[in-house]
Amino acid sequence: MSEIEHPLPHASWETRGYWEGAGRGEIVLQRCPDCDLVQHKPRGVCATCLGSHLEHFVASGRGTVYTYTITNQNQAKGFADACPYVMAYVELDEGPRLLTNIVGCDPDAVEIGMAVVADFATQERDDGELFAVPRFTPA
Amino acid sequence: MTISGTIAIAGAYEHPSRFSPDKTEFQIMAECAKGALDEAGLTIGDVDGLFGASMTMGMMGIVDLAEYLNLKPTYLDGTNIGGSSFVAHVSHAAAAISAGMCEIALILYGSTASSNAVAIGTGGRGGTNPSESFVTPYGMTTVGSYALYANRHMATYGTTSEQLAEIAVAMRYHASLNPHAKMRQPITVDDVLSSRVISTPLHLLDCCIISDGGGAVVVTSLERARDLATEPVVLLGSGEAATHQEIGSPDLLTIAAKQSGERAFAMAGVTHDDIDLAMIYDSFTITVLATLENLGFCKPGEGGDFVTDGRIQLGGSLPINPDGGGLSSNHPGMRGIFLVIEAVKQLRGEGGARQVDGAELACVHGTGGTIGDKHSGATLILGVGQ
Repeated sequence: MSEIEHPLPHASWETRGYWEGAGRGEIVLQRCPDCDLVQHKPRGVCATCLGSHLEHFVASGRGTVYTYTITNQNQAKGFADACPYVMAYVELDEGPRLLTNIVGCDPDAVEIGMAVVADFATQERDDGELFAVPRFTPA
Repeated sequence: MTISGTIAIAGAYEHPSRFSPDKTEFQIMAECAKGALDEAGLTIGDVDGLFGASMTMGMMGIVDLAEYLNLKPTYLDGTNIGGSSFVAHVSHAAAAISAGMCEIALILYGSTASSNAVAIGTGGRGGTNPSESFVTPYGMTTVGSYALYANRHMATYGTTSEQLAEIAVAMRYHASLNPHAKMRQPITVDDVLSSRVISTPLHLLDCCIISDGGGAVVVTSLERARDLATEPVVLLGSGEAATHQEIGSPDLLTIAAKQSGERAFAMAGVTHDDIDLAMIYDSFTITVLATLENLGFCKPGEGGDFVTDGRIQLGGSLPINPDGGGLSSNHPGMRGIFLVIEAVKQLRGEGGARQVDGAELACVHGTGGTIGDKHSGATLILGVGQ
């Protein structure tokens, strides 16, 4: 068993605020000033009112495990040798849910409702660029 | 205006093979088309509406299929919303026929997933586009998505692995009565629980099989169907839905079946007690439990009790998937068309050893995508003796 090698995320202009935030060790979310919706995944319009005045803000990075699974079998590159690993939805204190991995603890210790905090895996891309993927660890 | 009671399924054919390394997808579809048209007393020349989907048909795929079949349809629909597509095609065809856009609609599916060794459940999911980049880095799999749902259900309601296993056992029993089913050796709850865990809490035997296969369905007006060679199976209700986990922290346990089911039952004007059998997409055991609750056959959280004591087995009060389902009979990646085909066979009384006694009203529900993430749902209420 080895560490997960997270596949490289690809950003568009709609999502780069999130990935740039991850590079600084921050969870960045969007808020619509017109209707107060906090949304994830990021997009160019508010998913409730279709307004385009979205603001980015830095979230606390804290949340709780909404649900999870310990994956024993995944043939994909980066994961096949990392099994068993924990995949989870984390509900952020600000509301939105993120798909993520829970790391830094025994997979069997993970439970629904557990408090977790963001933890960023920084990896080097083939072209030498660094990128960061948010995961979560027990708080 | 309602289409309820005006449209019928006149032909239905499931390819008998579960392993076809010598065939292509379109070849399987064409063989199924012949089977469904033959039993209705129609020919390929009668078809003016073409509907189809597969795991490999991309943009222009439905035109490629028209070319392969040498068809010049007046109505084309390549809707692909996952494994539920063909259930949705039935209501799309009904709408098109009602509107006079076509008269004989042919719905097709084919797949060689097994002979191509496609890792449907445990291959990595997600691509490289910016939206999928919120999924791909985390090792999502198809099994994993359903496992996320199952763990949440267990934590919320106390549902157990033993209860999920009952579903797999019932499907395998049904498959033992189906000469074409891929897995026919009966299993026990202990067999399911002792099979290896793929993604907690789902075991190998909580997961559907992978097969090659295909099917065809012919839809037309009830009026036209009365002149054809088969007993018409009438469309009484239909509904569709798409659900996702994006905005506003929705309850993961509420799936697309809730919306599509409510619409289908309301259109048909029937109650759950009226239903003689249900064809429920069983990609995993948890899919059946989630669907039963969301369709309203039992309350949220009661699915675990509902599937025990033989209720969903032949002879029970709501037999589910008498063909053995995707868990044991046939799952080439997109199973929806087999839900429709088996419902038609059962309603006509052609189920043989696995016939549901006196079946006159069936509920069909297809799930496309994964219930732990974005997915579609399509529901039909079908009946005979109208």
